Amino acid sequence: MAGKKDDPTELHWLVRPQTIRRLWFVFAGVLALTVVAGLFVKLPGHFVWDGEFWFFAAYGFATCAAMVFGAKALGFILKRPDDYYDD
Amino acid sequence: MTIDQISPGLILIASAFALPFLRGWLRAALILLGPLLALWLVWQIPDGATLTAKFMGLDLVPLKGDRLSRLFGTIFCIMAFAGGLFALRQARTIELSAAFFYAGSAVGVAFAGDLITVFVFWELMALGSTVVIWSADTEKARRAGMRYVMIHLLGGVLLMAGIIDFVASKNTVAFGIGPIQEVLTINRPGTWLILAGFLINAGAPPLSAWLPDAYPESSPTGMVFLSAFTTKTAVYVLWRGFQGFDVLIWIGLFMVFYGIIYALLENDMRRILAYSIVNQVGFMVCGIGIGTDMALNGAAAHAFTHIIYKALLLMSAGSVLYMTGKRKCTDLGGLFQSMPLTCICGIIGALAISSFPLTSGFISKSMISQGAADQHLALVWFLLAAASAGVFLHAGIKFPWFVFFQKDSGMRPPDPPWNMRLAMILFAALCIGLGVWPQPLYEILPLQPVGYKPYTGYHVVEMLQLLLFSGLAFFVLLPFMKRTLTISLDVDWFWRRLGARLAGEFTTLSNRACGLTADRLQARLEKALETVFHFHGPKGILARTWDTGTTTLVIVGLLAAYLVIYFV
Repeated sequence: MAGKKDDPTELHWLVRPQTIRRLWFVFAGVLALTVVAGLFVKLPGHFVWDGEFWFFAAYGFATCAAMVFGAKALGFILKRPDDYYDD
Repeated sequence: MTIDQISPGLILIASAFALPFLRGWLRAALILLGPLLALWLVWQIPDGATLTAKFMGLDLVPLKGDRLSRLFGTIFCIMAFAGGLFALRQARTIELSAAFFYAGSAVGVAFAGDLITVFVFWELMALGSTVVIWSADTEKARRAGMRYVMIHLLGGVLLMAGIIDFVASKNTVAFGIGPIQEVLTINRPGTWLILAGFLINAGAPPLSAWLPDAYPESSPTGMVFLSAFTTKTAVYVLWRGFQGFDVLIWIGLFMVFYGIIYALLENDMRRILAYSIVNQVGFMVCGIGIGTDMALNGAAAHAFTHIIYKALLLMSAGSVLYMTGKRKCTDLGGLFQSMPLTCICGIIGALAISSFPLTSGFISKSMISQGAADQHLALVWFLLAAASAGVFLHAGIKFPWFVFFQKDSGMRPPDPPWNMRLAMILFAALCIGLGVWPQPLYEILPLQPVGYKPYTGYHVVEMLQLLLFSGLAFFVLLPFMKRTLTISLDVDWFWRRLGARLAGEFTTLSNRACGLTADRLQARLEKALETVFHFHGPKGILARTWDTGTTTLVIVGLLAAYLVIYFV
């Protein structure tokens, strides 16, 4: 099994390092495209900032990062071993 | 009796009782045709009351239809059908019977025209769902089911207390959009009691923990049913009775973020999805709180689409659990290689829950945000947008990534049996079908005309930016989301740990008190016995044996005394 994992040609094509690298490029392209697309659609902008073409990209990334770190911080207080209630 | 007087819920309940007596194709036919018959009956019920009764001087309306009832009745029956198909050959008969009983009771609530009928079906739902949890037949499920039923019985008590106050003040139990809006005034304690009873079932704070505590302990098929009915009937009754209640906006938003944060911390795939139920119901509760036609239609539409994609996600997770026996992300991974269909259906469900364009979530959730924008509720709107990104983070990517991709667990289980695959394909098709062609759903929404166009350039670009950059955040921050063998403390700590400790302490103290009392009692008894023994024991003055001489002497003495008394 270990030998299989070391040899990229034995891996499923989707998890080969080369495929993953390509997927990152495609993903980056799609991300850029959605931001550029913001320039071509009319954003109603109900409130401040949300009429800018880049707004939802930045907002999506920033709020998610905040939630991940927020959860991580709360985890320090809330996390317990998963057999906590087993006794 | 006409056709519109047959309760579709009772058809499902009758099927539940018939199931244990059937075998083979008859059993399969009942499981699949029962819900379809009920679905047909749902659409035979016209607007207005079709069945009325008198009870203790109150006018009961056990069967009353309108657009909202039919919408929820429809999705409950579709769910019973797909759940039945998924569980057809895998679930125990008791679980299927309980699930149909549970589904029928939910349909019963949807067509209840008065609060007493709501209450009766409400309690039957609690009963049915508890048996579904117990059907997993494990010690953990038995305990979790017991905790679950306690919370729901508490909800029932609050609801009943509220109804009593309601009857006392207005002498009616009518439950319809018009009358209840007039009658449920904010000043009555009954209003708040009814609201509390409804909110407990919705998974609202402070007791949200019952949901992720109990549902994941059910069987692989059981949780598919559980995800659909309890919380969505709560959404239904809130929609009817409490639309436009401002407090619901904030309760809903709390639920949304509670679900995201706890799901991010969670390691068990089914608990991730359980937290995400609370998260999604939060969107609906928030929409009901906003209370405009747009937001209300959005809440109702979202309940409809949510039942489908959440059941699909749980079918996918259930298939993994059924085939591998494992639930923890730390044990799973790489399953896409051998379970491609389960993986693709899971991804479709995950995209739908994230409101990706061309999926059902996109055409329903956005109506709630639109409702907030129309009302210029800036904070609410920004929070809902952040929450949409968060849904993609905690359910949209996290669930499929950790279960089907990430590291290779080395397991290569095949896709599940045909009936489970078919149920997943059906719901995956519905997720995409409704996303591509939302018109049929919009036409059955409660408030017409709907007048919402989801596919505008702005909206598509907005959602794609929000979701894809949320995806970017996920992969960039992946090192911070390493799975650990942990659970997260929640309010259930109060009854699982603190309560248990207090009860333990009480037992020790009361045992000690009992012991002390018993010791003292014993000491007294012994003393009393000693006294008795002293006088009446074998050597006691009153009971010891005398020798013949002494006896004769005493008798002579007595006779002499007798003679003396006689002569005197």
